[in-house]
Amino acid sequence: MKPTLPLEELMSPGHLACQGCGAGIAMRTTLKALGRDTIFTFPACCWTVIDGPFPYSCLEVPLLHMAFEATAATASGIKAAMDALGKSKTTICGWAGDGGTFDIGLQALSGAAERNDDIFYFCYDNEAYMNTGIQRSGATPYGAWTTTTPVKHFKKEVKKSIDDIVAAHKVPYQATASVAYPEDLYKKLIKAKEIRGFKFIHIIAPCPPGWKARPEDTVKLARLAVQTGVFPVYEVENGKYAQTLKTANRKPVLEYLKLQGRFKHLKETDVAQVQQLVDRRYAELEKRFQEK
Amino acid sequence: MKKVMMGNHAISYGATLARVQVIAAYPITPQTQVVELLSEIVADQRLKAEFIKVESEHSAMAACIGASSAGARAFTATSSQGLALMHELLHWSAGARLPIVMANINRAMAPPWNIWTDQNDSLSQRDTGWMQFYCQSNQEVLDTVIMAYKVAEKVLMPVMIVLDAFSLSHTYEIVDLPDQAVVDKYLPPFDYQYKLDVKNPHTYGGLTTPEWYMEFRIKMHEAMDQALVEIKKEADVFEKAFGRRYDTVDPYMMEDAETVLVTSGTAASTARFTVDQLRAQGKKVGNLRMRVLRPFPFADVRAQLKNAKKVIVIDRNISFGYHGIWAQEVKSALYGHSQVPVFNFIAGLGGRDIFPETISDIVALVDKKKKPDQELYWVEVKR
Repeated sequence: MKPTLPLEELMSPGHLACQGCGAGIAMRTTLKALGRDTIFTFPACCWTVIDGPFPYSCLEVPLLHMAFEATAATASGIKAAMDALGKSKTTICGWAGDGGTFDIGLQALSGAAERNDDIFYFCYDNEAYMNTGIQRSGATPYGAWTTTTPVKHFKKEVKKSIDDIVAAHKVPYQATASVAYPEDLYKKLIKAKEIRGFKFIHIIAPCPPGWKARPEDTVKLARLAVQTGVFPVYEVENGKYAQTLKTANRKPVLEYLKLQGRFKHLKETDVAQVQQLVDRRYAELEKRFQEK
Repeated sequence: MKKVMMGNHAISYGATLARVQVIAAYPITPQTQVVELLSEIVADQRLKAEFIKVESEHSAMAACIGASSAGARAFTATSSQGLALMHELLHWSAGARLPIVMANINRAMAPPWNIWTDQNDSLSQRDTGWMQFYCQSNQEVLDTVIMAYKVAEKVLMPVMIVLDAFSLSHTYEIVDLPDQAVVDKYLPPFDYQYKLDVKNPHTYGGLTTPEWYMEFRIKMHEAMDQALVEIKKEADVFEKAFGRRYDTVDPYMMEDAETVLVTSGTAASTARFTVDQLRAQGKKVGNLRMRVLRPFPFADVRAQLKNAKKVIVIDRNISFGYHGIWAQEVKSALYGHSQVPVFNFIAGLGGRDIFPETISDIVALVDKKKKPDQELYWVEVKR
């Protein structure tokens, strides 16, 4: 059998990710696409810990840890230096969680996107502040329990549409991806690497402790997120939307929700509400997919 | 070449001569001319640099941290609220041991809104690990930018160059622009040993347990001790190259001074004018201008104040519920070494002028007292 991804691993074993961590899979796949000529900067996020404590690191590429809200601006600074030093070929990446992207890092993200700086911005999205102990973020979906949205007051607000926010900046390339489909992510990154300008990659990365799910269900959940339409996977190239993983017969959201303890308090009517929100968003995107 | 220029442009020319490679800045009054001129210089390709027009001061410092980590000479300039917004990343850049240089135009903190000079912005950043050099002339500003990179790159700690809003930033003076060749010889290109390098990948700033954190901190402290040695050394090296001398402190009429006015920034030139007037009346008054806040020049301050009978510290800043900040520093340096009484005066906040009469009134008040009968004295305050 011919492997569908390069066999070389730039992420070593011995990292500190939890069992079944989606963010670990996201990084492993990303590095396979981007290769050794790549520099990362991380804000405070799960990956601050996953990489390993001083003096260890599980990555075989340079990494600069940085403050929570500074990912995009830091990546812009690294890129400017590489240009000034004649090393423009190196790929520069900001790699942040959803809190660092949707919330505290949004301003810097917007700044870099508006300037169209030639960097990758990755958001691995586990839908809450997982590293600090599962507090709600702007990426937490409607209905979810977190430690700051307890069951009695589960999250009533919808997930912020970060992809639309980035799209409003008219960046040359952006994509969503799921850790259940590494070949899709890989293909997108190989393409995006050749595009000059700002590239935004939003990856759904299930978190077993935060989602109250079984570690062995991570890939299943990441797949169901796509199959139910909870997390549609697509790309936008110079304003043109294209669905990269088709979901002709969408599964009901309940199949996705019922595997996660964070949704177990939801009543039938709440589930119907989630279904409606997903349907509405999906219909909105479908229109864009069909635009010529 | 001599040129008449404002203090802000002296910063821009200093950065140009230092051949900075990445500039990231956000506009704030009264700093704007610094980046306006630099934008032109970069656009005209008189300086080969990348200029990132960031969306906040926080991002300005973040971009400088990224650029410096990748091995480029990085520069920014800000003031007041902008500096306060950067605060988190001032700790970060020092902790990351990055030789970033920044100019800060001293401006009062709001509220109420005020754009005029006051030192609380920079002095609030005292404990971040940044060196701080306070300037009193546009020539000193330009020269200090160049010297700052030399010191910063030797000890791997960042430097803040500080100058008063308007009374220096917007004041035009004659400045000698050194030849690029002389500057290049004094400040060679910098090859950062710990840069982000794909051929030699390392992780920087990762999670560090109590087992190792203190070891990082003592190295920062030792770097600051070394910085003091380097600053003293550079006073000679710089003088040899450029014919101008800048030390940690700047004494004026101090040899036989019985009453010493300790000042910083542009208040020093007013103090010196007043010293001359008082000397003409036969009063043995001198001025000690503090140039370096961090690393603090304990030995120089003690030596300069050894024979003083009274020390007056004029602070254009205030630590609410305590003293002026320079007074704290000077008192702390003298404690256990000298019995000299230290009088602390708060003057000129929010850009209020410090006139020669302001200073002569202060000296007259101190003349009447053997030792301070108040922790501090506010001058010329309306009640």
